[in-house]
Amino acid sequence: MSDIILDQDKNNAAPSAPRSSVARRIFHYALAFSVPLALALGWEFAVRAGWSNGRLMPPPSRILDAFADLTASGELKIHILATLARVLAGFALGAVTGAVIGALAGVSDIARRTLDPSLQALRSVPSIAWVPLFLLWLGIFEASKIALIAVGVFFPVYLGVSGAIEGIDRKLVEVGRVFRLTPFQMTTRILLPAILPATIIALRAGLGLGFMFVVAAEFMGASEGLGYLLVDGQQMGRPDRILAAIIAFAALGKICDGILVVLTRPLLRWQDLARSQL
Amino acid sequence: MLTLSSVSKTYADGTEALRDIRLDIDQGEIVALVGGSGCGKTTLMRLISGLDTASSGSIAVDGETIAAPHPAVGVVFQEPRLLPWLSVADNIAFGLHHLPKAERIATAQDALTRVGLAGYGDRWPRELSGGQQQRVSIARALVPKPKVLLLDEPFSALDAFTRAALHEQLLGLWDAIRPTIVIVTHDVDEAIRLADRVVVMRPKPGRIFEVVSVAAPRPRDPLGLPYEKAKRRVLHALDRSLQNEPTTKPAAASGDAALWW
Repeated sequence: MSDIILDQDKNNAAPSAPRSSVARRIFHYALAFSVPLALALGWEFAVRAGWSNGRLMPPPSRILDAFADLTASGELKIHILATLARVLAGFALGAVTGAVIGALAGVSDIARRTLDPSLQALRSVPSIAWVPLFLLWLGIFEASKIALIAVGVFFPVYLGVSGAIEGIDRKLVEVGRVFRLTPFQMTTRILLPAILPATIIALRAGLGLGFMFVVAAEFMGASEGLGYLLVDGQQMGRPDRILAAIIAFAALGKICDGILVVLTRPLLRWQDLARSQL
Repeated sequence: MLTLSSVSKTYADGTEALRDIRLDIDQGEIVALVGGSGCGKTTLMRLISGLDTASSGSIAVDGETIAAPHPAVGVVFQEPRLLPWLSVADNIAFGLHHLPKAERIATAQDALTRVGLAGYGDRWPRELSGGQQQRVSIARALVPKPKVLLLDEPFSALDAFTRAALHEQLLGLWDAIRPTIVIVTHDVDEAIRLADRVVVMRPKPGRIFEVVSVAAPRPRDPLGLPYEKAKRRVLHALDRSLQNEPTTKPAAASGDAALWW
């Protein structure tokens, strides 16, 4: 993070040495963890001191216990894997269709005028509204869940890719024309690299929505998955399990996003941006 | 060598940008196009580069008609227009895609040295200053060895010192391979420092108003008499080109100015 901020000042091509100081990094991590840690310790202390019985809002130690139980019994792994499999399948489906149709709408004016209004209208339909229809069409098993997640992933990817193509700098396209690139070369050497940053952001947004929609999907009747754990915790009156599932969601979502960022970072090293690390 | 025969350009909205441009440019000659805004300088560059096509008339390089971007014509735009996702060396080698990789790298390194940026090949374009980026852009246009190099106000965004240094560098590169150069500029000094002939254009529609030959030998001394003479002629032509009737107005204007004081 630090070296990029400095990069903006030094427009004059001073030698760019990597200067990530370990101490500063640790400090940043400490800052990031200070709020959740303070809240957790404060609540733990409040329950232990008897200010609250912690039945509806269990203290961190009870949540950790729930985690330990779920891990020991192997349930947590099953639920996480089930949720992950659904998200990845839905993400793959939604991202590919979103990218293809987004590219079509970005490149062809006719395709955009034909498709975009309908897609924009569909985009404003709340996710839950699709559930009954998908249950009727695709049954209560995996197909309907993956379809729902794919719908959630589709729209941000579609919007991101079509917008990125419309926003391509005409001046860079002219450079390609001056060097007489074929349409295929123009695509691979200019258009794709130019839309890459916006596409990656769109994929990250899509992945985030995938995690939101997986809960809706698992609410509609699943026997495993973190969403099922939430419903189960409510029916059994186990807020500790509900919180464990929520934390697992947060961790899983963050890890998946982090993997996406790390995988795509080498592709974006050229960008002149203030943020490099999220 | 570069022949413009009765080139006219009218845009789709009816704007007549260029009317009947006739110009013959010799092999290795440097020609500067100067003129007020809206006189079609940039339009003419786009026609010669093949990015746009003329409404009538034709442009030819060594007898070959230019109707689309052509390998014989290299272009340096007003902005460096480097591809931000390619390293400096890869940007220079952008037009050499057909060559084997080793040859591309060697050519790019050689070009970097010639524009005074040896060792910068692995940098990103954003890490270079504006002047350095424009040098990379010139190198990128020159490495495919075009017969004609077009420069569209290439130094207008740079400060005076950087600009003067780049003039020297451009003349050095030109001396090494002697391409024909057409440069658009709004800086009269730039035109006279670089060009063998200065083409003064007049607006609405863009036409050639006068062609001034610069006789001063290179390197040109901006304080020398031939330089001063050429500059005065260009300035005078520019002055008249911006008026509707090229009469004896300049004299009258100076008389008014004296009274006004």
